[in-house]
Amino acid sequence: MIKRKLVLSFPENIVTKPITYKLVKEFNLEFNILRAEITPNMEGKMLIEIRGDKAQIDQAIEYLTDTGVSVQEAAKDIIIDMNQCVDCGICTSICITQALTLDSKSFKLKFNKDKCILCELCRDCCPVSAIKVHI
Amino acid sequence: MAKTIEEINEKIKSRKVVVLNAEEIIDYVKEKGIKKAAKEVDVVTTATFGPMCSSGAFINFGHPDPPIKMTKVWLNDVPAYAGIAAVDVYIGAAELSETKGMNYGGAYVIEDLVLGKPVKLRATAYGTNCYSRREIETYITKDTINQAYLFNPRNALQNYPAAANSSNRTIYTYMGKLLPNFGNATYTSAGQLSPLLNDPYYRTIGIGTRIFLAGSQGYVSWYGTQHNPGKERLANGTPCGPAGSLALIGNLKEMSPRYLKACTFQGYGVTMFVGIGIPIPVIDEEMIEFLKIKDEDIYTEIFDYSVQRRNKPSYGKINYKQLRSGKIKINDKFVQTGSISSYSRALEISNVLKKEIENGKFYLTASVAPLPLEEKSNNLEILSKEEL
Repeated sequence: MIKRKLVLSFPENIVTKPITYKLVKEFNLEFNILRAEITPNMEGKMLIEIRGDKAQIDQAIEYLTDTGVSVQEAAKDIIIDMNQCVDCGICTSICITQALTLDSKSFKLKFNKDKCILCELCRDCCPVSAIKVHI
Repeated sequence: MAKTIEEINEKIKSRKVVVLNAEEIIDYVKEKGIKKAAKEVDVVTTATFGPMCSSGAFINFGHPDPPIKMTKVWLNDVPAYAGIAAVDVYIGAAELSETKGMNYGGAYVIEDLVLGKPVKLRATAYGTNCYSRREIETYITKDTINQAYLFNPRNALQNYPAAANSSNRTIYTYMGKLLPNFGNATYTSAGQLSPLLNDPYYRTIGIGTRIFLAGSQGYVSWYGTQHNPGKERLANGTPCGPAGSLALIGNLKEMSPRYLKACTFQGYGVTMFVGIGIPIPVIDEEMIEFLKIKDEDIYTEIFDYSVQRRNKPSYGKINYKQLRSGKIKINDKFVQTGSISSYSRALEISNVLKKEIENGKFYLTASVAPLPLEEKSNNLEILSKEEL
């Protein structure tokens, strides 16, 4: 069993298809939809955490790609520019899942990608613009 | 046994000085006691690295030919105050760009100068017999200008309130983004590392004290604006809110971008992280009593920033150990906390200053005049002349 967090982008022509259903039915995956949205031009985005057998996850991703869904690793979508960051920690008060914390000894910022649900609450709180979110 | 600044400087000269930072002294005193600590430790370095809006720089550009008496001045489209001599200006950290709004401002101009980047200078003038030029547009760097010194009217505040938001909408303040329904709380003091909390009655820090200012050796030039030493204090001497403050001065050309950094608080404006380190000489045992202060001995008050009034509702007092733990309780609800000043960078500064003193690169000064202990803070009331 492994766990992966993915951002799925659904183009307009398949946005109405029951694709996530297939993930359970065909590939026996457990999943947790962390965020989902459909933008006005009808592109769907979904942040999903999937859990299952590695081979089946790979097959599921292949299936998704073949269907026209673009698949990205979610954790890559938040970038903290450590050259800009001054380790103040203001973002740690905003981060509801505590993916952003200060180390208890060094008081430097730590980012635990596994905990991040890409809620983007932190994006506009950084005074030195060190947090960049790409979704 | 009392120690003089001269004796400490002699020890710096002979490399025998013992320096601890304001965090290390806590355990040292716990282990060895007041008497021994006062005897063995010569200097304790304190520091802070936080956003300080009341900052800015005086700059002299030198004269063009023909010369100009600048009336309006812009640096990278940020207005600078030119109501002083012909080619002198003051650029305030919080001044906003006329073209980029909150994304750029005085603090960014200052940072660009420190980084050695070119800055566009534009000025207009009314022209006089002695200064005939009426406008100029050119580029400057820190190497083409004459004097450039940071002169910050209010820095290193002695404690500051924590902020939370009871309303049902997110608010954007100088204390950062505050989520609705007490979604978070922010605070700013460096607590146990903070200079004026380690010398609460200004026994050693005074006018003329040499300090670490953003990487350079600067000075305390005066007591800061809104210096309000009469605030309520605990038995250990520390005030529970903003009491004392310092006006600081130092050579911008010698500063480091690591310790002077422009920033923007979304929805509030531009300000500047200023890194300050102040060495406190261990002149006697009483000084150790103050220097041994730790986060849990220092309290501040939590205010509701959704109330847009001078007096905001308070949600009680809390100490810095609780604030720094990342979680506090307000109205029986757990609230995540975050600091808007960097403890890690403050700690770094306290260690840089420590090394400089140990290596004989930084000598201590006695203050030339004390900071007042009696000053009080006024409010601005709207009055007619007759009501004054």
